[in-house]
Amino acid sequence: MKNHMRIEFASISQNESLARIAVASFISPLNPTMDELTDIKTVVSEAVTNAIIHGYEENPDQYVILECRIEDSQIEITIRDHGAGIENIEEAREPLFTSKPEWERSGMGFTIMENFMDQVEIQSSKDEGTTITLSKQLTSTKAIFN
Amino acid sequence: MSLSVEFIIKESVLLVRLEGELDHHEATNLREEWQAQLAQNQVGHVIVNLEKLTFMDSSGLGVMLGRYKEIQAAGWEMVICSISPEVRRLFDLSGMFKIVKLVDNEDFALQMLGVAS
Repeated sequence: MKNHMRIEFASISQNESLARIAVASFISPLNPTMDELTDIKTVVSEAVTNAIIHGYEENPDQYVILECRIEDSQIEITIRDHGAGIENIEEAREPLFTSKPEWERSGMGFTIMENFMDQVEIQSSKDEGTTITLSKQLTSTKAIFN
Repeated sequence: MSLSVEFIIKESVLLVRLEGELDHHEATNLREEWQAQLAQNQVGHVIVNLEKLTFMDSSGLGVMLGRYKEIQAAGWEMVICSISPEVRRLFDLSGMFKIVKLVDNEDFALQMLGVAS
């Protein structure tokens, strides 16, 4: 089975739950396990929150673009903003690193994405924006194909 | 799918019951309400009941860690109880339970903090 979706929403925090629900229902035909579903909802939440807080610095007039592709048991999720960009990607990936400690950020976003997904790609340019691509092969369906 | 929060005071303990989803959107309100509760009431120890919390991301971890630091700095304890397997995955990954105590349910937590239930 092959499918693709793309949604664009205002960069306001209310839309974090919209993004999670949209991806969760889009991938439901693949019958993910509870753990897989939780992991995917969590990483979508992390990446969208990053776009809103760091990419757009909570400017509500901007847009976050969320795409999801499924092919057989493979899931690819892309979260894109046209915001500030990440100055130092290596630093951003480090566990507990945060550029906003005063906001009580845990600095765990990328660590969570890397642990819960098979692959995390970060493309970012200063003042042009950031694109995060998250991929995961579902284990339940992997077993059937093997 | 928002968050509802219940604050209950039992003797010297502030009980915080969370229900729903805790993300960045909900984290700011939760922090403000929680800090106000700690400031208003003459309570010390805190129990956080996560039984009905269905989702949490790193923004939630930030709030938990922030309160833990404040409560600990004031000389009190923070205990988490009744966590679901879904939410536990994130706590385990973050190493949170190396510093914050986790118990099975609210009664155990209250007993541990010396409150007769």
